[in-house]
Formats: sequence, C-alpha cells, structure tokens
Amino acid sequence: MRNKVILLILAALSVGIVLLAPLSGTMDIGLRELLSDSDDADMQKTVFWKIRVPRVLLAYLAGLGLSVCGMVFQAIFRNALATPFTLGVASGASLGTAIAMILGIPPLLGFSSTSIFAFVGALATILIVFGIARLRGSFSNTTLILTGVAISYFFSSLILLLQYLGDQHNVIKILRWIMGGLNVWGYGPCVNVFPFVAIGGLLIFFYTHHLNLLATGDDIATSRGIDVSRSRKILFLVTSLVVGGIVAECGPIGFVGLMCPHIARLLVGADHRYLVPATMLFGGFFLTACDTLSGSLPIGYQLPVGILTSIMGGPFFLWLLLKRKREYAEFG
Amino acid sequence: MIELKRFSFSLEGKRILTDISLTINKGEFVLLLGPNGAGKTTLLKCLVRIYRDGDGEILLDDQSLESYTQRDIARRLSYVPQSDGRLTSFTVYDFVAMGRYPHLTSFFSLNTHDREVIDSALDRTNTRGFADRSLETLSGGERQRVLIAAALAQEPQILLLDEPTAFLDPKHQDEVLDLLVELNRDAGLTIISVSHDINMAATQGQRILALREGRAVFDGTPAELMTDEVLESIYDKSFSFVEDRHSNMRYVVPGRRQREP
Repeated sequence: MRNKVILLILAALSVGIVLLAPLSGTMDIGLRELLSDSDDADMQKTVFWKIRVPRVLLAYLAGLGLSVCGMVFQAIFRNALATPFTLGVASGASLGTAIAMILGIPPLLGFSSTSIFAFVGALATILIVFGIARLRGSFSNTTLILTGVAISYFFSSLILLLQYLGDQHNVIKILRWIMGGLNVWGYGPCVNVFPFVAIGGLLIFFYTHHLNLLATGDDIATSRGIDVSRSRKILFLVTSLVVGGIVAECGPIGFVGLMCPHIARLLVGADHRYLVPATMLFGGFFLTACDTLSGSLPIGYQLPVGILTSIMGGPFFLWLLLKRKREYAEFG
Repeated sequence: MIELKRFSFSLEGKRILTDISLTINKGEFVLLLGPNGAGKTTLLKCLVRIYRDGDGEILLDDQSLESYTQRDIARRLSYVPQSDGRLTSFTVYDFVAMGRYPHLTSFFSLNTHDREVIDSALDRTNTRGFADRSLETLSGGERQRVLIAAALAQEPQILLLDEPTAFLDPKHQDEVLDLLVELNRDAGLTIISVSHDINMAATQGQRILALREGRAVFDGTPAELMTDEVLESIYDKSFSFVEDRHSNMRYVVPGRRQREP
C-alpha cells in the first residue's frame, strides 16, 4: 500500500516536471505567448516546441533508461556500485558512436548507425567485464570497478586516437557530443532514442521476478527454477540496447544510473516489482529536474546536465563506498 | 526418488566426483559426511543442476535430470545453500515468497494458495515474528531458518541442505535439527543434508553417506558408522569413543587420542 502511494507520487512528480520544465529557461515563455496568434510570438513558440519540449522529453527518456540499467546491473552483479558508467559500458557505447561518426556510416534499417554501433560497443564491454569478473571468480567491488576503470581509460584513448586520425568536421561533431548534453533541435533525437528505451524498459518489466532472484545469488536463483545464464544474457542484451540508444544521442551522462536506483530503493525497498517502476519514474524525473536546474542557474546560459549530475554523483559514489565498508572488507 | 548411475563430475578440469552410484528413496533422511573438499557441496549442486554436464546419469523420479526444465526441477527439489551472508535488503516475507516462483501462475500477484504456503513455511520455521524485517538485520540462526522457510515455500518433495547448522550455537543447532526431523517425519519430506558433526549424524541420521576425495566410501546406518575403521577410512584420522550406557550409543570425543603409555 505504502509503495503504491509512493509510485503514484513519483508518477505525479514526473507528469508535473514534464509539463512545467519547458516553461523554464533563459527566455521568458508563458502560456500567453504559446496561445497567442500574433506573429510576435513566433520566436517563442519555435523555441518552446522545437527546443524545449524535445529536450525535456529526451531528458526524461535518458534518465529513465540509464537509471533502470543501473538497477539491472546492481541486481545481476549483486553490487551496489555497478552502473553503466562504473563498469565502462557507457565508454564502450561512446567508442561505438565515435567509430560510426568518424566513418560516417549511413543509417541501417531505419536506425541511426551511431545507435547501432553504440549498442554493439556496450554489449561487447558488458561481456568483457563479466568475463573478467568470472575469471577472477568474484563480483567484488575491487574486481568490477577496477575492470570498469581500466576499460574506460582504454576506450577513451581509442576515442582520442580516432579524433586524431579523423577529419576536422567529424572531430568537432564528436567533441560536441562527448561533452554530453541534451541540446537538441526538433524531435529526431527523441525518435531515435524512444524505441531503444521503450523496448528495453518493457522487457525489464517482464524480468522483475528474475531480477529479484538474481539479486539473491546464482545458486538460489537456479534452485528456484531460473535458467540463470539465459536470463543474464537477455538482460545484458536489453541493457546494451538501452545504454547504446541513449549514449549515441546524449553522450555519456554520468552517475544517473548510480544515484537513482539507490534513492528509489530507499523509497520502496529492494523488491523489483516496485523498484523497477520506481527507478524508472524517479530516474526520468531526476534527470529532467537536473537539466531544468542547470538551465536556470543565474549565469545566463545552459550548463551541460552531465556536469551537474557528476558534481552530485561523485560524492554520492564515495558515500556508498564508505557505507559499504563492512561488505567491502569481507568481499573486496 | 533420486538415483545416481556411475556419476562423475569435473570442475575447471579438476575431477571432483568420481563414479558415484546410489539411490535415495522417498521419505529418507540422509546425512552426507566427509572431510573438507570431499565433494559434498558439489554433489548437492549437481542434484539441483547448478552444475551440469557430468558423466554418467542422475535420475529424478526415473527420468534423466537433463530432461527437466529448471522450473520443473524446482517444483520437486529445493536447496538450502550455505549462507554467504549477502542476501541484500529484501524483507523476510518477500524473500520467502520468492520460493513460490516455480509455482507462479500469474505474473504479478500471489494467489490465496501461495499465501497459505508462505504462511505455513513461516510458521513451521518460527520466522513469522520477524517477517517484516530486512534480511540484513538477521542473526545467523534467524537467517538459517529463513533460508529453510524459503525452500519450504517451494513445496518440494526433496530438500537438500548444505551444512544447515554450521556457525550456529548449540540451541539453534537443535532448533534446526528438530525442524528437519519433524519435516521428515510429519511431512514425509525426503531430506539430504551435508554435515560435519559425526555425533549428530550418529544420533539423528537414519542413513549416512560418506564421501572422500569424490568417491562414495560409506553407505550405512549410524551404528555401522561409529567404528574406528570406518571413521578412519572416511576422515584419515583415528578417533576416541565414549559409550553412553543408558542409551547404549557411542560418541566420538574431540581432541587427539592420547598416546598409549
């Protein structure tokens, strides 16, 4: 009962932020301008419909998707610090995107080539990290985070190499994109991201029981009747789709997948039947709110949202690390 | 009923179980003994199919274990692992409810029967009093009973336990043992439990199986077990015994045997 009320509140917050956020920004746009017929308001209308609304929608989709992927990783790896970023999966997606940009590959089957390459990069990274953790025989913080960090460094230097070799036009495109952000014009990016997040999110909903059992460990999950390696493969595919789809459009936006699942867990507990929707709703709300906030700081221009999330996320990460000290000592 | 036919199993190239043949019938209470590394846990894991691809055959109710889906196995057989202490922050109730997974017919909710089975599992194990607490807050004894409750919620015919009394104080050891005896006697559950406690095996078990270096080296009654030759053949160490005149039972005594003067 309590959890259902919390979900309703989160849903209401989500609707509220999506409706109100487009009204905020450096240019004053109110309902009067939006509803007026005069040509004077054309500028405002364009800014509202072509920049702000798609930006808010994209922020919501990205926040939802990155958060729920963080939650899935935390369940599969049974580790509070596992997220698309700490595991290097986002770097893999970035490398894929950068390759597609440098080579100027045309869209395939209606999907933008950057999204497809980002998906492949994300999936390859998950398999590498999982393989290494398996070899070491543990999903401890040390193994996972160090592997993730090493892979991130490695892929970042490959991206630098690509930029060095690439032609100027593409290099600038990559630079802009890698700063992470939601500066969009029109609905193209939303349309690109939507299928990835929608399909992925839906599939994750179907795997709530599996996520619960996977979080209790492979042995218990198997003995309760789950084909663990099959579920894990499917969830790896799904999260790669979502992370790839988002990173290809928005660039790497850090720490959302770390903070949101934890806050959602504080709100509704560990049961994924509630945690999945709570993480999605809160993740969408959180990134939209952060983006709105970084647009309304008294500095006269919009700050990339990734900067704000990282400023909050860094300390949050450290806090988690310290909070988990006991576990860290036992299983590290 | 479980039947192993010349079953062998290797993990990462290392032979763990060698050529084991045995039959465990419905309603038996079997204690599995053996020194560290003898393959006891591995044997249990093979029976639940956490490990697969052994040589030879395992039959469950006269059908090859490989022919079952994991879900079908889970409806017949449940497994209480050695707790690694990492059980996340699920509440006791939610964790026990997950035992219903192999029986779930509806995707989102537990039906009345599910709730009855969960309640009776909680009552049986005396865990209902803290059903709302998080697993992280439980003591070792409470956690062990919750693990058993979750396995019971699975409504198995066969219950496998890996050292259910390890790390428990004597009172809690007795509680868990009494529970197992009761489940075997009243509910007709077949029980296979790994143990390190020879005296416990001598007093509680109906049938003792012992493994050493992956081979089945003993299969018999407690009385047959409690001889110097048999125990030494299992543990590669000699034991001292005391006789209890009232119950006419033998017990092993801890500590090395005194040298003959």
